[in-house]
Amino acid sequence: MVKNILRTPSFLWTAAVLLVLLLVPFIAGRFYVYILAVIFVWGLLAMSLNLLVGHGGAYQFHHGAFYGVGAYTAGLIITKTALPAWIGLCAGPVAAAFTGLVVGAFCVRLNKLYFGMLQISLGSLIWILALRWYSLTNGDDGIHGIPMPDLLSGSVPAYYFILIVVSVCLALMYLILKSPFGATLRAVRDNPQRCQAVGINVRRHQLLGIVIATFFAGVAGVLFVVLEGSVFPDMLFWVLSLEIFIMCLLGGWFTFFGPMLGAAIMVALRTFVGSYTEYWTLILGVVLILLIFFLPDGIMGINFRTWLRNRERRRSTDVVR
Amino acid sequence: MLQVENLQKSFADFKAVAGANLTVQQGDLVAVIGPNGAGKTTLFNLVTGHLAPDRGRILFKGGDITGLAAHEICRKGIARSFQIANIFPRLSVFRNVQVSVLSQKKLSHTLFRPAQTLVVEETNHILDSVGLSAKKMDIAGSLSHGDKRVLEIAIALGNEPELLILDEPTAGMSPDETTTTMELVKRLAMEQGLTILFCEHDMDVVFNVATSIMVMQHGQTIIQGKPQEVRQNITVQEAYLGGV
Repeated sequence: MVKNILRTPSFLWTAAVLLVLLLVPFIAGRFYVYILAVIFVWGLLAMSLNLLVGHGGAYQFHHGAFYGVGAYTAGLIITKTALPAWIGLCAGPVAAAFTGLVVGAFCVRLNKLYFGMLQISLGSLIWILALRWYSLTNGDDGIHGIPMPDLLSGSVPAYYFILIVVSVCLALMYLILKSPFGATLRAVRDNPQRCQAVGINVRRHQLLGIVIATFFAGVAGVLFVVLEGSVFPDMLFWVLSLEIFIMCLLGGWFTFFGPMLGAAIMVALRTFVGSYTEYWTLILGVVLILLIFFLPDGIMGINFRTWLRNRERRRSTDVVR
Repeated sequence: MLQVENLQKSFADFKAVAGANLTVQQGDLVAVIGPNGAGKTTLFNLVTGHLAPDRGRILFKGGDITGLAAHEICRKGIARSFQIANIFPRLSVFRNVQVSVLSQKKLSHTLFRPAQTLVVEETNHILDSVGLSAKKMDIAGSLSHGDKRVLEIAIALGNEPELLILDEPTAGMSPDETTTTMELVKRLAMEQGLTILFCEHDMDVVFNVATSIMVMQHGQTIIQGKPQEVRQNITVQEAYLGGV
């Protein structure tokens, strides 16, 4: 069984890509290493959102709040307590998942857009807390110069740490999506009413999905702290949530790696086009309009769509014959 | 097996179900008939917990299931299909049925085992018995209308129900598809010892298949009895059969 998995093309591809990514710091300059790390962090965040939106059909409009909770938890534990930094880094995702559980417990009682509106409100509440609770969070100044353990200081060690953590997270997400839980989550997305009728507790299932997704969002938040050494309230602002939504849209809702690709495109646009003009979002806007018209399932959704269409065409010719 | 006593449900001022009584014995094929708007679908929604009744009782195998949530009632052994094809359109036919079998085996929350390797045999068995094996890798949304309806029944079978409720299983089907589907329903009832409760507009189908018929009008039960008794009942003839 294991041997078979090791021989599959997708495994070989993944291994090859990982190998290249491991070698990047030896080939490319520090700037590109940094950009790649940024893409991984955003990509992990977008993929955790896609777990809920693309695969779970839940309108998690303010996913960024949990990214912020993860980052702030790590930042606060490291700067305000005497606990070792590693504990701060581990506590981030747990705090994010717990917040996800509390917020989610209210949201899953509602459907679709109502779910989304309540979620965006409760998420904004957390943002206000980070912004206004000066004595704890330094308000809009944020927390800067968060010291990292020796093992993680420097851009190359941080890159490797982020690469490893993101790879592990993606592997876990992949397993989860292939599991009965993942299959049922997609069934809930397609038809919640039918799911109830086959004995699935839809709310509990969605809630578990939310806890898992917010945990990974918390991991992304912690990785941001590792990379930048700072946190600020904008990380919990709804605009950031919108950006990761766009990443999912760009890359493809119903695919696994789509949001990572979307993150790469967004970060690249911002970094490279953004260095020429501050109106880089204008280009993003045009790209989005074209995308919605021509590739409504995102860039990685292409194959799926053409495949379906071709097969239906083949079908209809069968009938004619 | 199933006992519905004086069930009532109103939507605002409209009494959709205003005193429905129904008895389903083990092994029966019970048909509920009545004109459009008589409250048949509402009655089914009440029995399966998709709606909560205002008044009345529903007993299943001696236990009171009135007002339980849909997924809890399903766990007790009642599965259903819906009037409009109610499937998982983006998933494969196989996955559609597998999701239901996984739920039945309490595996829905399993996180780190590949779904590919679980309950494959059970799922294939159900697909075989309804004749959808050849299409099991198709995306469910691309099936023909008739196949979607059959898939619905297959999804319901995944719950290993004792009582199967079918809401107009042949709605929108061609005469040929209707015949095939009703034969399938009959065969499933015989082979798997299922008790079936269904509603249907096609009177030929009803009098052919059902062992007991319940007639509804304006949300009330007029009569329940053997097909012969129902055919001879004068009220029913006036209300529904147009003097057959």
